[in-house]
Amino acid sequence: MKIAIASGKGGTGKTSITCALAKSLDENIKLFDCDVEEPNVHIFFNKQKISSSLCNVFVPLVDQSKCNFCLKCEELCQFNAIVKIGDSMMVFPEMCHSCKGCKIICPENAIINSSKNLGQIKTFQEKNITVVYGELRIGEPMAPPLIDAVKNKIIDTDINIIDAPPGTSCPVISTIKNVDYLILVTEPTPFGLNDLVLAVETARILKVPFGIIINRADIGDNRISEYAKKENIEILMKIPNNRKIAESYSRGETMIKAKSELKKEFKQLYTKIITK
Amino acid sequence: MKISLSSKGDNLDSELDPRFGRAQYFIVVDSETKDFKIIRNEQNINARQGAGIQAAKTIIESGAKVLITKNCGPKAFDVLNAQGIKVAIISKETTIKNAMEKFLAGELKIADNANVDGHW
Repeated sequence: MKIAIASGKGGTGKTSITCALAKSLDENIKLFDCDVEEPNVHIFFNKQKISSSLCNVFVPLVDQSKCNFCLKCEELCQFNAIVKIGDSMMVFPEMCHSCKGCKIICPENAIINSSKNLGQIKTFQEKNITVVYGELRIGEPMAPPLIDAVKNKIIDTDINIIDAPPGTSCPVISTIKNVDYLILVTEPTPFGLNDLVLAVETARILKVPFGIIINRADIGDNRISEYAKKENIEILMKIPNNRKIAESYSRGETMIKAKSELKKEFKQLYTKIITK
Repeated sequence: MKISLSSKGDNLDSELDPRFGRAQYFIVVDSETKDFKIIRNEQNINARQGAGIQAAKTIIESGAKVLITKNCGPKAFDVLNAQGIKVAIISKETTIKNAMEKFLAGELKIADNANVDGHW
């Protein structure tokens, strides 16, 4: 089971809800933070012992003595990562998406395996929850390969809860593709709705079943409810705008600590999702 | 000597394009004969990434020894530099013709570094 939490708009409460959902359940949970550019799930845990490993990925190195400038690699590469400049093939590792296409297509076997470091994958355990998260190397622009590496740790038969980055661009797509269910967290504001619409379009293209949680549901107006009704999207849960929740958040605690009745709601939410 | 310039239009009265990688055109002028060649940069304007690298490649293949532009990022600069192509930066708005004249009069400084970050 893979449940992802995404939002479109940043700051709607993805991570708060991810952590609250995980901490509400009694089962063994694997919690994945795929916001590798700014992982923050770990802030909500008392980390005892974190183990980390380096995540390195393929980049090409050209054996110039074998290369006959057929340029098949350059034509194939959609990212301009391997280019003939003057009388040699230049590689731009920061542009490379590590697809290995250049190596596969090279008829001269002139592409040698090299690697670049993307960042680290870290993991720790707290009670029934195992947290796995990626930390993108500072200066590295490419999040999706590290997200894929984090997601490689997923075992489908576990209960996997996945926190997505904000937005609807490549890192989000990498995170939410192939999940069994997607929770979209939004807020009843113009920005909330605008970005929710984008997230819904994304989920529909990816054919991922999804529902909405309205966070801070009693601020703003009814635009989210009206949109959900019009689009026939299920509203899974509404969370009130509550000072106690904000205070507990500022202490690195989840909302179920501030409002214990939410724990039951999150349990019901989980049951609802797995019985879909 | 061939001199290349990033240009907003397809003639010598056009304005120097402030962008290098995603410039509208490149104009390559032969400083002796004053003959010039127009290169459309269509493919690069909408490139997902690596426009600077591809533009630098275009300049190299044009045979130009100098590039005059308003902004050049680090990857494009490295590629041009590796092939010994000098980059002259003009900060003010100017026409292709004016930029050429300034360069030939020795009024332009050759950059020893990129003057902007990537994706500026």
